[in-house]
Formats: sequence, C-alpha cells, structure tokens
Amino acid sequence: MADSTGNQDKGDRGIDPEFTAYPLRDLAAAALERAAGLGAQHADFRAERIREQQIRLSDGNLVTLFDGDDLGLAVRVVLDGTWGFASAVDLTHAAALRAAEEAAEVARVAAAINTERIGLAEEPAYGDVSWVSAYQTDPLQVSVADKVDLLTGWSSGLLARDRIDHVDASLHQVRECKFYADGVTTALQQRVRLHPVVTAVAVDPGGRFETMRTLAPPAGRGLEYLGGSPWAGTAATAWDFPAELARMPELLAGKLAAPSVRAGRYDLVVDPSNLWLTIHESIGHATELDRALGYEAAFAGTSFATLDKLGSLQYGSPPMHVTGDRTAEHGLATIGYDDEGVATRSWDLISGGVFTGYQLDRRMARMQGFGRSNGCAFADSPAHMPIQRMANVSLQPADGGPSTEELIAGVENGIYVLGDKSWSIDMQRYNFQFTGQRFYKIEHGRLAGQLRDVAYQATTTDFWNSMEAAGGPQTYVLGGAFNCGKGQPSQVAPVSHGCPAVLMRGVRILNTVEEGA
Amino acid sequence: MTTPQEAVEHALAAARSDDCVVIADETSSANLRWAGNTLTTNGVSRTRQLTVVATSRDARGARAGVVSRAGVRGDQIADVVRAAEHAAAESSPAEDAQPLLGPGQGEALGTDARASAGQAAWEDPVTGTEIGVFRSFSAALGEGFDAAAAAGQRLYGFAQHTVTSTFLGTSTGLRLRHDQPTGMVDVNAKSADLARSAWAGQGTRDFSDVDVGALLDGLGQRLEWAKRRVDLPAGRYETLLPPAAVADLLIYLYWSSGARDALDGRTVFSKPGGGTRVGERLSELPLTLRSDPTPPTAPGLGSAPFVIAHASTRQSSVFDNGLRLEPTDWISGGELAALIQTRHSARLSGLPVTPAIGNLILDGGGSASLDEMIAGTGRGLLLTCLWYIREVDPQTLLLTGLTRDGTYLVENGEVTAAVNNFRFNESPVAMLARATEVGATAATLSREWGDYFARTAMPPVRVDGFNMSSVSQAS
Repeated sequence: MADSTGNQDKGDRGIDPEFTAYPLRDLAAAALERAAGLGAQHADFRAERIREQQIRLSDGNLVTLFDGDDLGLAVRVVLDGTWGFASAVDLTHAAALRAAEEAAEVARVAAAINTERIGLAEEPAYGDVSWVSAYQTDPLQVSVADKVDLLTGWSSGLLARDRIDHVDASLHQVRECKFYADGVTTALQQRVRLHPVVTAVAVDPGGRFETMRTLAPPAGRGLEYLGGSPWAGTAATAWDFPAELARMPELLAGKLAAPSVRAGRYDLVVDPSNLWLTIHESIGHATELDRALGYEAAFAGTSFATLDKLGSLQYGSPPMHVTGDRTAEHGLATIGYDDEGVATRSWDLISGGVFTGYQLDRRMARMQGFGRSNGCAFADSPAHMPIQRMANVSLQPADGGPSTEELIAGVENGIYVLGDKSWSIDMQRYNFQFTGQRFYKIEHGRLAGQLRDVAYQATTTDFWNSMEAAGGPQTYVLGGAFNCGKGQPSQVAPVSHGCPAVLMRGVRILNTVEEGA
Repeated sequence: MTTPQEAVEHALAAARSDDCVVIADETSSANLRWAGNTLTTNGVSRTRQLTVVATSRDARGARAGVVSRAGVRGDQIADVVRAAEHAAAESSPAEDAQPLLGPGQGEALGTDARASAGQAAWEDPVTGTEIGVFRSFSAALGEGFDAAAAAGQRLYGFAQHTVTSTFLGTSTGLRLRHDQPTGMVDVNAKSADLARSAWAGQGTRDFSDVDVGALLDGLGQRLEWAKRRVDLPAGRYETLLPPAAVADLLIYLYWSSGARDALDGRTVFSKPGGGTRVGERLSELPLTLRSDPTPPTAPGLGSAPFVIAHASTRQSSVFDNGLRLEPTDWISGGELAALIQTRHSARLSGLPVTPAIGNLILDGGGSASLDEMIAGTGRGLLLTCLWYIREVDPQTLLLTGLTRDGTYLVENGEVTAAVNNFRFNESPVAMLARATEVGATAATLSREWGDYFARTAMPPVRVDGFNMSSVSQAS
C-alpha cells in the first residue's frame, strides 16, 4: 500500500483498527460488481466511521458528555446518465449489495426528472493509498476525566476572578475515518480535529450583559493543541490558553464599560480571528462552482461570481491573493483524496485582486470544461451523497508586509476588530454584516479603548476593493469552523481559512442598539 | 437482525449502573433535489442508532455518561452499555441530575389509546419510508419541468421524507415509542434571466397532500407580479410577513427561550436584577404562541408526546427522558407565559416544568387571509420569506438576515411591483410589540429552519416600521 501521509509528525498515527477490521475491500468489490451488473456506467463505494465527543460545562458543572459513533456505507452510481445514491448502516456483504441495488433503483425513479446526463472528469488511478492527518494525540483515546478536569480548571479560574458571572467551556473532538473505492483508486484515510471554546459572561446590576469568547480557532490537530499535561503540547503545537484566559476578565470588563459606537464610515484593521469568517462567506462560498451554476439556488443560494466573470472580475484590490487548498497542514478541509477519489491540491482563486478560479467536483469539472476536478467533493456522513464543499480558502500574506501594529499606525480614525461572532450574507454573496468579539477605537494610529454595539456591513467587492494592505506572514493565522452548512439534505463540513491582518478603508459601521430601536 | 425493541431490552439487561436509559432510533429517509429543471442529487438512507445513558450515584451526586452509536449489532450492545458506564464513572456530577421517571410518569397514551390514535404499539414492527414515496410527486414535478421550460422558467428545489421510530426504555420500567414522519418540499421558480424569483414550501407527513400543480401555479403568479420592478431605499416600512416569514423569526425566538439562560441573566427573557420576564406583556395583540404534541386544530403537526433527550444541554436533560409533554403556551394573551425548562431549571426558577416540544403554533384570533391583508394595505412591503438569520445582540434578540425570493410593493390594496431585497435588523420580540394585525393561522414551512423544524402553523402578521437596514443586490 502506498503511503501518502499528511505530514511528518510523529506520534499515534495508526488508522482506527476497529474501522480497518471491517472487510472494506470485499464490501466495495461486491457493491461495485453488483452496480456494474445492474448497468451502472460509474459506481463508487464509501464506508465511514466518524467518532465524536462533546463535553460542555456551565460554571464548572458538567452539562453535556456525549459520545457519538457514526458508521455506514454508501454506494453512488451513474445509471443511464442519472445519479443514484443509497446508504446503509451495517457494514455487511448483504448491506453492500442492497445499497448497490437501491442506488440503481433510485436512479431509475429519478430519471423522470433528469434532463442532463451525468459525466465525470477523468482522474488518474492511484491504486491502494492511505493518508492520515497531522496530529500527535488522538483526543478520543484520552480519558474523559482528564479533559473534564482541564475544562473545570479553566472555568473555576475564570469564575474566581472579579466581574465574571458565568463561564461556559466546551470541547468538541472528531476522528473521521473514510474508505473510498471506485475500481481504480482505493483510499483509506483518517483525520482528527478539535474545537475548544471558553465563553465568559458578565452581567451588570442594571441587567445589561456582555460575553467574550476565546479566539482559539478549531484545528486539525490532536489534544496537544490544548497544552499542558498529560498531553504535553509544545509552543509549536499548543494554543496559549493560560495567557488568553488570564486576560479575559479585564477585557470583558472593558467591553461592558465601553462606549457605544457612533455609526458611520471607518477605516478598519481586521484581525485574522475575525477576517477568516468574512473570507469564508464572501469568498469561500462565492467561488463554489455549484453555487454559480445554480445547484444551491433554492437553498444556500447562488453567487455573483458567475462563469462569465472568471478571469476579469476585479474582486478586490491588487494585494489580494486568495488560494484554495485541501493540503494545508492542520487545515480542517485538508485530506489526501476527496470523496470522488481525486488527489487534493492547492490553486489560485483570486490573484492580483482578479477572480481566477473555482472550487470543483468531477461532474462540474467535466460539464464546464475545466479538465480535472480540484478535489472538493465531500460528504459529511455515510448517509449523505458527496457534494462540492469548501476547500481551505485563504488570503495570502504580503511578503515582507506590515505587522498589525504597523497597520494600526496607518489609521487616523478607525476601528480594530478581533474575533468572530455574528455573521450573515445574502443568497448571491453580495451584502454581508458581521460583528466580533472585541472592537477597539483607533485614534491617530493608536488604540484608544474598546467600543461596543459594533457591526460592519458591506458589499463583497466594495469591501475587498477597499483593502489597502495585507499584513505580513507574522500576522497570518489559520482560523476556521467545524460547522459550515450547505446542501439538502443539510450537510456540515469543517473548513479552515488562513489570513493576515488587513487594513480596509471606509467601511460602513452600524450601531446595533440603534438598529434594534 | 436485532429489532430496536430487542436492543432496548438487551441494553437494559446488560446495564450494571445505578440507572439506565436506552434510546433506539430507526430512521429511513428519501430525498430528491433539482435545479434548472433537472435532477441534481438524490438518495435513500437508513440509520440505526443506539443511545445509552448510564448514571451512577454517590455522595457527590449523580454522574451521567452518554454513548450513542450507529449500526450496533446484537453482539455489540453490551459494549455500548459498558462504554456509557465507563463514561459515567469518568465524568463529574451532572448539574441536571434528577431521579429517572417511572411508569405512569411518561407518555399519556396507553396501548388502546395509541391504537385508536393510529400510533403503533411498542411491539409492532418498524415501517419506514423509501424512494417510492415520491412516485406521483416526481411524475408531477417532471411535468412541471416541461411546463416551466416552455414558459421560460427554471425550477429549483428539494423534497425529503423521513420516518424516525424511537423506542425509549428505562431501568425504572418506562417503555415508550414514537413514530415521527417528517416531510418537506420547497420549490423555487426563477425567470430565465434569474432576475425574478419566487418560493413556496410545505411541510407534509406523507406527500399525499402535496399538490405540485398548485405550488407551481402560485409561483407563476408571483413571477408575474415581479415583471414590474421598483427600487426602494433602506428604511423602516410597514411590512406584511406571510406565515413562512413569521415562522422564520418565531422559531428563533422559541429556540432562544431557555429558562436556564434567562435565569443566568443572559437572554432577552432575563429580568434585570434577577429572574425571568415570565408574566410580562410582549404584545398588545392577544397572541398565543404554543406547542402541543397533539394539536387538535392541526393534527398534521403532531410531534413526540414525551421527552426524547439524546444529550443534556442548557435546554434539555437526559434525566427527563420519557417525561410526558403537555400542551404549553409560551406566550398567552400577548404575555410571556413560559420558557423552555428541564426539571432542573424548573426547580431553579420556581416555574412549571415545560420542556421543548417539536412544533410551534402562533394564533392571534385573526381570520383575515393574506390576500385580505394586502387589500387592506395603503402602502407597504409584502415579503415571501427570510434568509440567513443570525443573532446580532442576545440582549434584545436583535436578528439580522435577508428578504428573499419575492419582496413586493403593495399600494392601495394591490401588489404593484417587486422591489429589491433588503438586509433587515429586527428583533422578533420587538416585532411582536409592533405587530398591528394578525391574520388566520395556517400550516407553513419556515424557509430558514424548515429542514430542522418543519412543524409550524403561523398567521400572516402586519408590522409597523420593520427595519430594512440596507439594500441587497441579490435577486
């Protein structure tokens, strides 16, 4: 078996033996043979095991301890030019055959409403390959008590501080195993991710309250990300939670006491902890070809970035360079092969501010003449059919670019934005509105205390064309989310977005209290 | 193959913990999705999930471990029980710990009553769904594609039918079953240039009541309305929200009405200085917002008559599994009447135990249809539905989002044009206070949340000064 591992990290790198103990190759062979016998022009087989654990504490008390274990297989066929998909929960020979038969039956029923023959872009045969993401300590192999103790310690430490009324602490951990086979490629893969979150709440005597959440992004890492023993992360692998939690009470008190913002236009310096979500909504989804083609028109929506604009739309200012990839180390969308057996890679979406690329799957790549897919097919469960999902979409830093402090120094009257909170964008990805965790007034190039009740609102291309400068590599952070929603049946996908701090000129700022008055 | 009933019994028999709850879910689902007058994706799936809640008690309190696993074979059931017991042993005392419920404290219906209500008995086999549920629907939809193509229109949409059979057993003797069919269809019609767009959605239990022709006719009328286009600026407008848009906003209000968070002082329903706002007037109109597992006026919206909690959260407790659900008014006569409670939060608040229920009905005693409310409008906006709704400020429950797929200008009692879409910033709580008219309640499907919460009945509502914060270029 060829080995295509995610990186060179050492540690526990074995694929879940309970998953590999199933006769995956035999099941695939049986299903693919039955599908071919039923006349399928194409068939692929997936088996998955997705382990997850959620731990949530409120004020140091355990509220949620949930262990999930999803298992199943799926068969997808193209029969007489129509998709058919079926899944089963049992990893047995009989279930694999039945799924193949049901997929064929679904294709026959669905043929009545299919007017476009399905064709798939060619992809090289990779043989028997495996891939494992970059992590050291599988969080699902560590005692619950150790993890609860850590969250309890974080909570009690905050609750002991003045003016912290409530603390929520949570840890969501996932280990995802995928097996794919289509007759020419057989891929066995495993990846691990986790998302630790701590939120502090302060309530003043008049009943007004504010919250503040840690800025630590979810990561395609193991438990070493949390630092401390017994999983002993290092400065290179761990987020500095002790430092972030230590500052939180003072920051929250400052937020609660901050003056309300005056609505108007301001220059913004946007921290990566906030900007990743703006990238996700206004670039990530807008450059999905299925949206541009209307496949999501009745649900997630379409995109203003239509095919006729490819290569010509001035999406943003010249410093704007955005890439798509499923290869970034510790990226949440990172994997070796997608759910159509396509080897993943990196490519440009926006270069010099010009719209230059889409995210693709094999069907769309063939239909629109892109040649090969760039590996964006993903299904969030064995019960769901793969659809085109988002790669890691990242804004590249400027070589030798400024620090955050240097960006702030270039602002006379503005706002510095940190952390994501509320987000919303329209169904063609034009009009968006975001809030954040913290906002600081910038006066004469310096921070001048926090503001509250702030939201920024813009049209995508106006916003990105207002980007005067991207920060240097020293400001770059890989943010992201576990829960990007898309498709019907609804599917969630994990995805990362890296970006530097940026300087935007003349962005509309709302006062959210005035908006609700 | 082990049946779900057998799985529950085997798991309870294998349990060594002080107490145990076992939930076996059998789900089958079929779906069709289309875009541009052709099929895009489809599928059928079957899942089988076994959830075991093991609890252990000591002097510090009760600990709970929850393990939920798919595709468990008969010989693996004891492993799941052991895993839950191990998790319980490793965990710390649960804040929401309560004694498990026993016989007589769970579902109201006995065997005979279940049979007369058309509900399966505990021992009856599971009957799910399959792709054939769409045979007549897909044929009608195919004809719709042909007609749309001939009319220069494009159809987009999704249909899904899911049946979940839930079997709940406890070591204290409860044996409860609920079979929940859930269907939904939404259809979006666009003009060939994609400049005009209209949407309609419907919840259904079995697709026998889905009239594709009627849905498409209604969309055709709205595309006709949109042939005249007027651009309007941002601002505050008198606005008619149809039932789907009301559902979009009130489902979020419902989800935000947890008693635990209100008691902590961190929601719009928190009382300054402590406590909750239960008893405060929210609207001058006699509005009733309620949930009822067996709503007499809307039997198609029926939902589980007992608590099914696969995990404890701020609004649910695994210790409450099996608790009988009674009809609950969340808002009564315009006053906040109840918040979502667990037995634990009810003890903290001193209010009745009112857990979440799987449907939501708003009734203001009105009888006017939406057409009649349009006829009674001098100048205002008529919406179709809302989209990408997110919370901006929990203090006021300020929400933002977009109008979508048909925003119209009403002048002198008639729809006179389509207008641009808007981004709104509005609180459903503040909106109820500014509601000036409520029409007749009818079953509807929320555009934003219908995939997750399909059982709603809402009236059209007229609101003064709905805040359209900015113009969206999206069409």
